[in-house]
Amino acid sequence: MLSNLELLFYWAPIINVQIILEGIFVGAVFALSAYGLALVWGVMNIKNLAQGDFVIMGGYMAFSLHAMHVPLPLIMIAVMVGMFMFGWVIYIIMIRRIIDQDMFVSLLATFGLSLLVQQVMNIIYGPEVQTVDMELPIYDAFDNMVTIPSSKILSLFFAAVIAAGVIIFMKKSRLGQAIRATSQDPRAARVLGINTDRVYAFTFAINAALCGAAGVLVSIIWVIQPFYGITYSVRSFAIVTAAGLGNLPGVITAGFGIGLFEKYVGVIVGTAYEVAAPVSILLIVLIIRQISMKRNRQVVK
Amino acid sequence: MSSTQKKIIPYILLGALGIFGPILFPNYTLQIAYLWMMVLMASTWDLLGGQMGYNSLGNITFFGVGMYVSAIVQVSFFYEGGVGEYTSAMGSIKPVYTEYEYYMGLFWGILAAGFISLLLCLVFSTFMFGLRGPYFAIGSLGLAIAAAELTITVDYVGGASGISMPLFPGDIEFRSTFFYMICFGLTILAHILLRWIYSTQFGLAINAIRDDEDKAEAMGIPTLKYKCIGWCIAAVFMGCIGAVAGNMAGFIDKEVAYPIPTFGIFMVAMALLGGKGTLWGPVIGAILFHVVKETTWTYLLNLQWVALGLILIINIVYFQEGIMGWLQRKYPEFFGIVVDTSTRDTKEEA
Repeated sequence: MLSNLELLFYWAPIINVQIILEGIFVGAVFALSAYGLALVWGVMNIKNLAQGDFVIMGGYMAFSLHAMHVPLPLIMIAVMVGMFMFGWVIYIIMIRRIIDQDMFVSLLATFGLSLLVQQVMNIIYGPEVQTVDMELPIYDAFDNMVTIPSSKILSLFFAAVIAAGVIIFMKKSRLGQAIRATSQDPRAARVLGINTDRVYAFTFAINAALCGAAGVLVSIIWVIQPFYGITYSVRSFAIVTAAGLGNLPGVITAGFGIGLFEKYVGVIVGTAYEVAAPVSILLIVLIIRQISMKRNRQVVK
Repeated sequence: MSSTQKKIIPYILLGALGIFGPILFPNYTLQIAYLWMMVLMASTWDLLGGQMGYNSLGNITFFGVGMYVSAIVQVSFFYEGGVGEYTSAMGSIKPVYTEYEYYMGLFWGILAAGFISLLLCLVFSTFMFGLRGPYFAIGSLGLAIAAAELTITVDYVGGASGISMPLFPGDIEFRSTFFYMICFGLTILAHILLRWIYSTQFGLAINAIRDDEDKAEAMGIPTLKYKCIGWCIAAVFMGCIGAVAGNMAGFIDKEVAYPIPTFGIFMVAMALLGGKGTLWGPVIGAILFHVVKETTWTYLLNLQWVALGLILIINIVYFQEGIMGWLQRKYPEFFGIVVDTSTRDTKEEA
């Protein structure tokens, strides 16, 4: 561990550039799925534990489409549309019935959904680790000390475009305004003629689409496996807990933060802690929030 | 039928199942032992989740910790080389224990498992009970995942390759009967303890915490202390049963010790199926769930996990009150609940 630190900060500080870039690339993906979670959590008070499995599901959709030689932009659009419809169906089947229930119900029901999704993917695709190889060039910098695959730059670009699209949609469109109104006060929104049921369905579907987009990016820059979903769920929860609901700049910052943290942990203490890192950051965030709330004699609700 | 008779009937049924089950079906003794384990897990989960309103997804942490603690105690008690040497040999060292050594090791192993779980639970309580509702659930799930991931990085207990438990000195049939008796005994003990607890002021206090924690605190209930005691009771039992389960399995690794997607979720599903917040709900739910699971699992081929997810979703989305809740709503008289229909009629008129 010490020798790793020495290497990082004394012998080859240029490796830091590589780690920071990697952290930013993965952080963008985390921020995308976390923003979806913040949306459903804030608007309809559903804590979606199947978030990570939606991500992996999007990744597998991309995997199948890529096997059919569909170009990347089309894959992106197709997966987002497919996940949007999937989210809408899930809303009608189960989420609608648990929306007014106590909060643990949503957690457990979506945990069941997460089990279901991962097992179906396991049956269809098998438990092997897969990746979508776009065969894009890889750039070198600083005497080959830093390598930047162009697929990662592309993924960052896609994440930025999607995030910008969602922000503009939420700010400008009528439906976006309706979503924000519903999140502020569902009863008042209903009184003023907003069909809140449709707003909820749309919000959940958008969340699924955002997760699907994140999944496409994960599949091209990283690996996917049916059981990797839980770590994305945990990361999303950590990001949202740290950033708060409906706070997009906070979500993006926290996403990059968690990406950097994980990459540094992976390099310094070893890859054996790769899964433990997001979980421990979730616990740390929860504890810090608790301490800061306790000062005002409040609890984390 | 008087009310005391009514109360005795389920115990007679349960006792009959416990005593005659293994006699009638000697080949299924271990399966029935797992059934009691499930009952214990669901009941102790319900102490927190149902009666106190703190839905923990991380009780399985203590199960795994208990398992590893008892393994360390059992190995280090009578093996001179120490645990490190035993685990680094990857199971090639098979020390032969005398009966006295084995039972002493097991006894102290179970006790130590309960004790360490208690200590760990006290530590967790200091930073977990400021979290409410879903945050507690997610936080405790995080604890379980973190514990599982951290355990496999410790080479002392075998790391990712696991650790094999000492061999049972007696013959194989006595082995299953022996572990069956421990599981049955622990479950009965837990049930009687919970029954007594729910009838005391402590039971009322944790129900008050579930209904409105802020008001309960304002009324002068030391909520943190009560929550802590409640979780510790669950943790001690989980630790002890973990130690027993480790010995029943014979081999421990991350998947056996921290079965988060199986036992960790089963116990919640069983308590919800039977009806949470009741004494008998988790017991009925666990028996039903386990029997259905054991009889259908092998025919479902690869689909059993899909079925599990479906059961969980259907149970929670469409049948939330559980069996006991449904029965209480349907036949309130049997449970001694008097429904005042006169006021209901006047309300309908108005």
